[in-house]
Amino acid sequence: MESSTTPVRPDGPPPATPEVVVEGGADVTEMDPLEIARVGAGKTLLQVRGLKKHFPIVGGLLRRQIGTVYAVDGVDFDVNSGETFALVGESGCGKTTLGRSVLRLIEPTAGQITFAGRDISHISADELRPLRRKMQIIFQDPFGSLNPRMPVSDLIGEGLLAQGMKDRKARDKKVEDSLELVGLRREYTRRYPHEFSGGQRQRIGIARALALGPDIVVCDEPVSALDVSIQSQVLNLLLDLRRDLNLTYIFISHNLSVVQYFSDRVGVMYLGRIAELGSVEQLYKDPRHPYTVALLSAIPDPNPRKRKKRLVLKGDVPSPAAPPAGCRFHTRCWLREKLGNPERCVTEEPQLRNFGGGHQTACHFAEEISADTVSSAVETQSVLETAVADPV
Amino acid sequence: MAQEIERGAVVADVENRPEGPRTDYEVGLESLSQWQLAWRKFKKHRLALIGLGILIALVVIAIAGPIVMPFRFDSIARPDQIVYQGRGPSLSHPFGETGGLQRDVLLLVVNGARWSLLIGFSSMAIGVVIGTIIGSIAGYAGGAVDNILMRVVDVMLSLPILFVILVAARFFAGARDNIWTIIIIFGLFGWMGVARLVRSLFLSIREREFVEAARAVGVRDRRIIFKHILPNALSPIVVAASLIVAGNIIGEAFVSFLGYGVNPITPTWGNVLSSALTFIPLGNWWWPFFPGFAIILTVLAVNFIGDGLRDAFDPRSRA
Amino acid sequence: MTEVIAAPSPLGAPPPDNILLDVRNLKTYFKVLDGVVPAVDGVSFSLERGKSIGIVGESGSGKSVSALTMMRLLDIPPAEIRDGEIWFDGREILHMPMEEMRKIRGNDMAMIFQEPLTSLNPVFTVGDQIAEQVERHKKVKRKAAWDRAIESLQLVGIPSPERRVKQYPHELSGGMRQRVMIAMALSCEPKLLIADEPTTALDVTIQAQILELLKTIQDRTDSALMLITHDLGVVAEMVDNVIVMYAGQVVEQGTVDEVLVNPRAPYTMGLLESIPTVEKRGGRLSAIKGTVPNPFNMPPACRFEPRCPYAWNLCAETAPDLYPAGPHGQHARCHLHTPAGAPRLPEALADHERKLNVGHGIS
Ligand SMILES: Nc1ncnc2c1ncn2[C@@H]1O[C@H](COP(=O)(O)OP(=O)(O)OP(=O)(O)O)[C@@H](O)[C@H]1O
Ligand SMILES: Nc1ncnc2c1ncn2[C@@H]1O[C@H](COP(=O)(O)OP(=O)(O)OP(=O)(O)O)[C@@H](O)[C@H]1O
Ligand code: SF4
Ligand SMILES: [Mg+2]
Ligand SMILES: [Mg+2]
Repeated sequence: MESSTTPVRPDGPPPATPEVVVEGGADVTEMDPLEIARVGAGKTLLQVRGLKKHFPIVGGLLRRQIGTVYAVDGVDFDVNSGETFALVGESGCGKTTLGRSVLRLIEPTAGQITFAGRDISHISADELRPLRRKMQIIFQDPFGSLNPRMPVSDLIGEGLLAQGMKDRKARDKKVEDSLELVGLRREYTRRYPHEFSGGQRQRIGIARALALGPDIVVCDEPVSALDVSIQSQVLNLLLDLRRDLNLTYIFISHNLSVVQYFSDRVGVMYLGRIAELGSVEQLYKDPRHPYTVALLSAIPDPNPRKRKKRLVLKGDVPSPAAPPAGCRFHTRCWLREKLGNPERCVTEEPQLRNFGGGHQTACHFAEEISADTVSSAVETQSVLETAVADPV
Repeated sequence: MAQEIERGAVVADVENRPEGPRTDYEVGLESLSQWQLAWRKFKKHRLALIGLGILIALVVIAIAGPIVMPFRFDSIARPDQIVYQGRGPSLSHPFGETGGLQRDVLLLVVNGARWSLLIGFSSMAIGVVIGTIIGSIAGYAGGAVDNILMRVVDVMLSLPILFVILVAARFFAGARDNIWTIIIIFGLFGWMGVARLVRSLFLSIREREFVEAARAVGVRDRRIIFKHILPNALSPIVVAASLIVAGNIIGEAFVSFLGYGVNPITPTWGNVLSSALTFIPLGNWWWPFFPGFAIILTVLAVNFIGDGLRDAFDPRSRA
Repeated sequence: MTEVIAAPSPLGAPPPDNILLDVRNLKTYFKVLDGVVPAVDGVSFSLERGKSIGIVGESGSGKSVSALTMMRLLDIPPAEIRDGEIWFDGREILHMPMEEMRKIRGNDMAMIFQEPLTSLNPVFTVGDQIAEQVERHKKVKRKAAWDRAIESLQLVGIPSPERRVKQYPHELSGGMRQRVMIAMALSCEPKLLIADEPTTALDVTIQAQILELLKTIQDRTDSALMLITHDLGVVAEMVDNVIVMYAGQVVEQGTVDEVLVNPRAPYTMGLLESIPTVEKRGGRLSAIKGTVPNPFNMPPACRFEPRCPYAWNLCAETAPDLYPAGPHGQHARCHLHTPAGAPRLPEALADHERKLNVGHGIS
């Protein structure tokens, strides 16, 4: 491989379009060519079925279990090869837990994870180790995720070592290549994390993940800890890497603008479950879950001429240790209120229903959502009544 | 292989400026390692520096002193002349002389430094090693292992240590050279604090993201413990160790003073104090004063260093 | 409308009566082990009564330090106020005795912090904390102060405030705590409310609640608002005027309509260009290269010069001032707005327009 010393990105014509074999149900006509290519390339790489992760809450003098956090509570989704699948949702809804369970960094309580056709939900640590090469993760915190006492050469190199690359020279070469790949200088190998800025550290984290040559990378809020002016650099890097290395991403974020720009399909999570699932176009143009509608409405637009009235949800997110019965969203649901508080939302948990083209929503009354219902909900809401009494 | 080639076509590098080399305003003027940084902060701590100076002086004395002015139990200054009263400080004996065998107090204090420092540091080393091992196991394994080990710690802590030491010292009293007995006893009973500290450090560092990151690339447990967790637990352990040294020096003096410590023919500071006891009513203040002062000085110095280390390793303090 | 931000009155004289807050050439430095951090380096702006101003800038640009200096809440040392005056409500507050300042702080000038849990005292009930403040500043009886506490909780939309006043901070959720902070800040009817990243620690939907709440309160009371944030979207929605900070300096100021629609400082341009939008899907984002300068090693002339796509040799030699850059009092710290830079300006603006709307480079 010829690695030029001053890598310059060719701004010339796009790379030859890969052969497109469309399969899978996504509605092709609405998508940009790029996406067709990716969906087309995509066979299912990762399949998650009924995944659950519950954490015990221990307390009291005897440290007995006094409760359970239902962090992830029955999640199904597929990730196709070559696509970027985003997970969005508010803090504590289980995105990180889901991402880590999928990689078996934490043991799932229940459910099945199939990676490249192989069920990995119960294999042993030794069987898992070689698979780690194929499944990597990038962490949110560029400060916490790098061992402050290790030089870059070890930070990136130890994965290679663990995967059996015993030869020091080969390893160092690979480390330097990886640094270059993420836009850092080759000479940085002797440096320690505290000598880098946040954005540079995040690049080191990315280099560590990519050195192993993964197929799928879980990006857990890779830019949210970074400064605004650095975020776009890192997003660009992830974008370039996706193209050059043909990566598949699971992109975890709470920033809906970034997700819209960056990903192909999106899963909206609420309290450990998926509320809505679909392509970016489906979700942003035609949201079918009242929670998605509210999330989209909450994005502040930096253009002051587009000031809008937003739909404000009531109350706080309930605790994942005591998710509401029926539909988990019913305590804050504006749609339910609009419809005169039907009982069904409280008694029956909605399952994901198909709305065509892979668009799925877990809401009993998804059909009721329209521009009219939304705008009338916005008109009738009172901002001062959005705080609801939470049980103490 | 196709992928390999792709990788050569490296992506755009937003950090490389096209104009060629220029001043780099992004990176620090000088980048210091964790230890260099700590040393810089330590240097600002005046008391700690004084403490360090004193300790270095004491170590030099402890090493060189006995060579320059050796002490031998059977070499008695004036064997024919056992006196009732000691003699106060004078030019030839700046710390005065003891009663009884008329020994030079300076000679005793200088020779005592070796024993006191040896006991302080050696038993600290034993305690820290045991504590670190037990704490690491408990913290990394968690669960039942952790539970059992921590109950052992609780039991050890609930023992009335002083009595145990007195009994053990009496038990081993026959030993010819019982300095090491004392050191081992102090070590065996001085690890619980360290174990607790290390365990809690492990529990928190184990949850840090960089450990998870190491696991994600397939690093094995042993390497995680030795390369990731322990190095990050080191600075609090060092701080704790410095304070243990002080505790051990006092402990030795105390036990020897009670007559259960190091063989009385060895001039540890505690032994000298102990033998001075009966002469205090006679106004021989210099006899207990100088060894006592040496103990206080050493303990203060070590404590100051501990304080300085604590501040130096504290990531929150920048100045 | 906007003399609000334009050049401050001559140093030394009080500002006209309609100006509530007038900050002049404020310099707050920190002396630390590694050297001196010019955290706030010559910041000037003013704010009319009842109006709102936003301060944006990335982490470490000096937003919080500016606010804390205004509140006189910084520890001196390590902080050191090198220069400047702050006129608030007709009085100079930067040099007044601390005794006097205490009467203003929490009373005429109140602040909301980013992390509500650390700024509320955990051992007192919410009501105690609000009432105590009212009692001290307004010299009223305990009963009246308590009523005022309930009233202000009601004002921020907390249901059953009679019950809430008796709760401790840890019994409240994050959103609820931030409401309590706001209630506390409002309890003495301040003339100026400073909110330092009031929603950064909150969830998206709770952030929406709090922002809407702040807007409603701004409409209902006549207090002025100074909102610190790094989110351009929040600024666009919430305030009349905005100042953009970079490396301790103001690099651009003006109304939100001017600054966010027609930015004139290359840094602001770059920020707006780098925001991901639908239109840029499929392309790369335009990014500001490099990172913020190390505070101990500031570029000698223009601090943005090493990262600026439009820089030329003048930029590395002379430090630019804030120059007028728009018809309504917009100012930008950039040589492009001097006669020397004028020939380069059209090209820079065209380049910005181009980058703003399309992602570039096909991916
Ligand atoms: N190790 C753990 N033990 C107990 N509870 C946990 C643990 N890890 C996570 N949780 C709980 O599980 C829930 C989901 O957490 P998770 O970190 O997955 O959320 P998230 O969606 O990633 O949120 P954020 O946006 O804040 O990162 C939270 O309520 C959290 O408190
Ligand atoms: N107590 C302090 N001691 C030393 N330096 C400080 C102190 N407080 C702030 N600084 C420095 O002053 C500069 C400005 O900090 P400030 O907190 O104002 O940034 P900010 O714009 O509020 O950033 P953020 O968005 O992260 O809150 C930073 O470089 C910071 O390191
Ligand atoms: S003065 Fe020059 S370098 Fe500075 S911002 Fe303006 S154009 Fe860029
Ligand atoms: Mg998370
Ligand atoms: Mg701040």
